[in-house]
Amino acid sequence: MEEGYFLQTVDLFKYFPIRGGMLSRTKAYVKAVDGVSLGVRRGETFGLVGESGCGKTTLGRTIMRLTDSSKGSISLEGEEISRVKGRNLKMVRRRMQMVFQDPYASLDPRQSVRSALVEPMKIHHTASSKSEMNRDAEELIEKVGLNPDHLARFPHEFSGGQRQRIAVAIALAVKPTFIVLDEPTSSLDVSVQAQILKLLKDIQSDMGLTYVFISHNLAVIRQMCPRTAVMYLGRIVELADTQRLFANPKHPYTRALLSSVPIPDPAKRKGLATLQGDVPSPVAIPAGCRFRPRCSYATDTCAKVHPPMVEVEKNHWVECHYNLDFAVSKI
Amino acid sequence: MGKVATETVLDVNNLKVIFHTYAGDVKALDGVELSVRKGEVLGLVGESGCGKSVTALAVVGLLPPNAEIVSGEALLDGTNLLAMGKDELRLARLRDVAIVFQDPMTYLNPVLSVGLQITEIIASQPDLFIPEMIKNRLEEISAIEKSNGGLTRELQVEREKLQAASDTNRLGNDEQKRLTQLYAISILKSVRLPEPEKVFKMYPFELSGGMRQRAMIAMALVRRPKLLLADEITTALDVTVQAQALQLLQQLKEVIDTSVLLITHDLAVVAEVCDRVAVMYAGNVVEVADVTELYRNPLHPYTQGLLASVPRVDVVAEQKSIQGSVPDLMFPPSGCRFHPRCPKVFEKCPNAKPTLIEVSPGHLVSCFLFGG
Repeated sequence: MEEGYFLQTVDLFKYFPIRGGMLSRTKAYVKAVDGVSLGVRRGETFGLVGESGCGKTTLGRTIMRLTDSSKGSISLEGEEISRVKGRNLKMVRRRMQMVFQDPYASLDPRQSVRSALVEPMKIHHTASSKSEMNRDAEELIEKVGLNPDHLARFPHEFSGGQRQRIAVAIALAVKPTFIVLDEPTSSLDVSVQAQILKLLKDIQSDMGLTYVFISHNLAVIRQMCPRTAVMYLGRIVELADTQRLFANPKHPYTRALLSSVPIPDPAKRKGLATLQGDVPSPVAIPAGCRFRPRCSYATDTCAKVHPPMVEVEKNHWVECHYNLDFAVSKI
Repeated sequence: MGKVATETVLDVNNLKVIFHTYAGDVKALDGVELSVRKGEVLGLVGESGCGKSVTALAVVGLLPPNAEIVSGEALLDGTNLLAMGKDELRLARLRDVAIVFQDPMTYLNPVLSVGLQITEIIASQPDLFIPEMIKNRLEEISAIEKSNGGLTRELQVEREKLQAASDTNRLGNDEQKRLTQLYAISILKSVRLPEPEKVFKMYPFELSGGMRQRAMIAMALVRRPKLLLADEITTALDVTVQAQALQLLQQLKEVIDTSVLLITHDLAVVAEVCDRVAVMYAGNVVEVADVTELYRNPLHPYTQGLLASVPRVDVVAEQKSIQGSVPDLMFPPSGCRFHPRCPKVFEKCPNAKPTLIEVSPGHLVSCFLFGG
């Protein structure tokens, strides 16, 4: 992979032990993130898409250092952060923030908006005086499209969309350079979703932020992210420019995902189901290629050998033994 | 509707529902008008809180105790479900109208096996199911005969017994139990659950999300209902599993000849599987049309806004949002409930409520721009 990424992970692993039996010995592992290497460029929105349980949220949390990785490296602007602790970790945290899926769960119901906005400023000493904090809080709340009157209110007084705006404002409070957006619009209605997506885009170009955008919604990913990685059972199976990925998917899983998404146009009905079965458990990952049991192109090789990540075209990486062609016209 | 009388299964007229809460009355449904035609999939779309689910729950009489049906009727093949007594309604739910919910884990009993939950339905009204069960088993035996080119002695005897029983529609206790189980397994098979004999004995926690939803659909289909209310059945599922579930729904609809009211907030799902669409906003149906017509020529400003805000997987385009947010139905806006958010609002809108009128054959809209 190329040098000089803003954020890079190399062979990142996160296993959760399952304990049980006598003396609570570790019986098995949930392999949530199973060797992920990716690079995010400065100022871009990097999409991370996959079905539930594929490890995309755990990957986001591991990058954020909200949970410790089992193995592998994470570097932010060239600085290794996967093992930093204490004061150094706090300094890293100031540079990266996260917005969570459910604004009903992520906001403290007993904390006023003002207090929620000021708290991170206090922790990270980003403002020197109380009046400065208040001024910053007012600026932030206007930036996300609410008004300073809202500062004195509590989360229950807001709608879902407004709450998500507040969550974005809180993430911005310490002036980060990097934000992980974990399904930021999944709990919102479509008419509100469009508002939040636009807000996120505007803030990004305003403040020069870098985003990792986690979503299960391929349509949203297409609108938001210039580059996208597709995750399946803890690994990235395909990574490319979004335009190319959608027009010419190379991995049979990406292809299946894309053809499962209904299009809001009755003239384009296509009949959806292309994949049988469910995602296997991340405790017992199939040997060889992990997608093999659901793949209609699988061969004996796939059952035995783990496929390497190959750059099939410039900046288009695929983890598959075969260079399959699913160009959209052929589907 | 129209000159040609189309047969309808369900007609909901002027349905008004209020929820009494400590904070005040929530005017959830404000005169819903809706009809489901025989054999069609009607999509009922709208944002959360617009009353889609309340409409379905009212129809099957499953509203919570604090809800009050102020006015209206729900005619299932001409019989008003809302006027029925408890027992009568229970029977109707068992026989004619079934509902499947969004979150199967909430509606499946966690301590009973899947099989028991299905056989329980049959055991509650065995007379209703005996003919169907006998027919089903006889068909199975014929299928075995065809594929094996003959029958074992036991199966021949069984067939004779069943044929005799089908005249009287009476079965011995053990025989009834055995047939019930076989029937339940065949239903599980019909919703494409792998290894239905195994699933029969499994508990809900042992199933994946997609399998649970299939089990729920299986329970709804035991009764071969005239009308299936599917309330956000794919919302909790991943896209690949959603695709499987939608395909299943379409196939089953053909097989058991039922009509479906598909409740969803996902306009892409509607475009893929529905024949007609009804759009709801804040407790009213604001537009009804054929699916192609609705997407090509949306008339109500809300429908237009909704369609413009959907991100698409096939093209990159800026989504437009509808300004403001869904109103609090404790204090609904006066007149047309959409007027505070409507880009085309004029003097009349806050002062009177528009009615749903047919502006072209089969295309109904409730907006003063079109007469209302």
